[in-house]
Amino acid sequence: MCFFCIKIIINYIIILGEIMEKKKYIDLVNSKSPKENIFTNAVVAFVVGGLMGIIGQFLIDFYSYTFSISTKQASIFMIVTLIFLGCLLTCLGFFDKVIHKARCGLLVPITGFANAMMSATLEYKKEGLITGIGTNMFKIAGSVIIYGVISAYIFGLIRLVLWGA
Amino acid sequence: MTFKYNNVYVDNTSTVSGVMESNGPLSKFYDKSYNDYYMGMKTWELAEMKLMQDSIDIVLEKANILKKDIDLFIAGDLSNQIVTSNYVTSSLNIPYLGIYSACATSMESIIIASNFLEARKVKKVLVSTSSHNNASEKQFRYPVEYGGPKRKTATFTVTGAASMLLSNNINKIKVESATIGTSVDSGIKDVYNMGGVMAIAAAKTIYEHLKDLKREPEYYDLILTGDLGMYGKDILKEYLKIEYNLNIRNIDDSACMIFNINDQQVYAGGSGPACLPLVAYSYIFELMKNKKYKRVLLVATGALMNTTLVNQKETIPSIAHAVSLEVNDDIS
Repeated sequence: MCFFCIKIIINYIIILGEIMEKKKYIDLVNSKSPKENIFTNAVVAFVVGGLMGIIGQFLIDFYSYTFSISTKQASIFMIVTLIFLGCLLTCLGFFDKVIHKARCGLLVPITGFANAMMSATLEYKKEGLITGIGTNMFKIAGSVIIYGVISAYIFGLIRLVLWGA
Repeated sequence: MTFKYNNVYVDNTSTVSGVMESNGPLSKFYDKSYNDYYMGMKTWELAEMKLMQDSIDIVLEKANILKKDIDLFIAGDLSNQIVTSNYVTSSLNIPYLGIYSACATSMESIIIASNFLEARKVKKVLVSTSSHNNASEKQFRYPVEYGGPKRKTATFTVTGAASMLLSNNINKIKVESATIGTSVDSGIKDVYNMGGVMAIAAAKTIYEHLKDLKREPEYYDLILTGDLGMYGKDILKEYLKIEYNLNIRNIDDSACMIFNINDQQVYAGGSGPACLPLVAYSYIFELMKNKKYKRVLLVATGALMNTTLVNQKETIPSIAHAVSLEVNDDIS
């Protein structure tokens, strides 16, 4: 019995030692790996995102002025234009590099969504319409849609409870 | 486990590179370079097969022998079910062993081939490895055109293929010894820090190799690791110092040599099974033939994971195999 207890304790010490060893290595890796520059990334994303907002607003004004439509209708035109541009630039093959430079400034707006859909489509077009494009088109964008809908539902409920319909 | 070999020699080697590699600092050492990702094929997967096929054709041409003269073909790559090697071999009609240890595949193939040759079971063995940046991005990460930013520690998979012909015929470069590494669980889950994942395995294999053969690190003119990247190289040096008390100065990493890290957008450097062979079979062999290096230890490192296990948040194990090459002084 006593022998059994000692054996368990020794095993425990060995396992603990291994965990400590691993922890030491992970700490070394973390200390040698560079940190991402969150501040610069945020500033770049803020500026580029702001510019995107200006372009969007310009398009809304342009459409509502030229076609004499309400700003609400014009904003749909604006979104379609940006999606088209996002897809076109993705197909031309350099939009990923532009987004990489602009960080989340182009990834979070609708252009990033267009890029996510289009890149998956391009990637899997050789595998057929159904088994390739159909199954893989939402590979990245799928999560955006799912959690977009879920969070919209939750926030809608909160708004309903707090401020009424 | 370390083996010593007495009659295994490198007959010939060939390297075929892709776009980014041919714009890199070692461009003039490759036998053939492509400047697009498709290599005239319909898909990236077929393009990778073309790369491997080309490298085989070139090495056969250099050695001036036919396919039927080869007794055994050993190959591996990064694609699922090592499909590149499997498809290439279907047109070769040579007895074939398909192997996989991620980016350590190249050295694993040399070790297997050397053991066959040392035992005089076969006369000529052809070993090949390949990787294709876009094909592996598609398989392991996101679609190629997707622009999500990557971390600084991420690496860029090398596009290329390399082949080596090994035989018993006495030649300039000799396979002197080799160490089969043990798999080590790094405890790291971050798939964008492969250097950190693999450095621990590289350190262990280097230590085991030196210990088994009772050698000092200075015995080698160069210890060249596979694809740790610029941060992984630092981790390896530091870990060798604190864990094994080895202060190695003549160590370098092929991930840092194959690309111009400051100018080309490759993050921490190159990676993939073709990374080490592309540097070693071309540039390093050239230096060895010119007697600039006499003894070189090649340590290929591989991260043994797949996307399912990574998504299940499991830690990533890694492995490293080492092959020691020496210039044969009898032949000038």
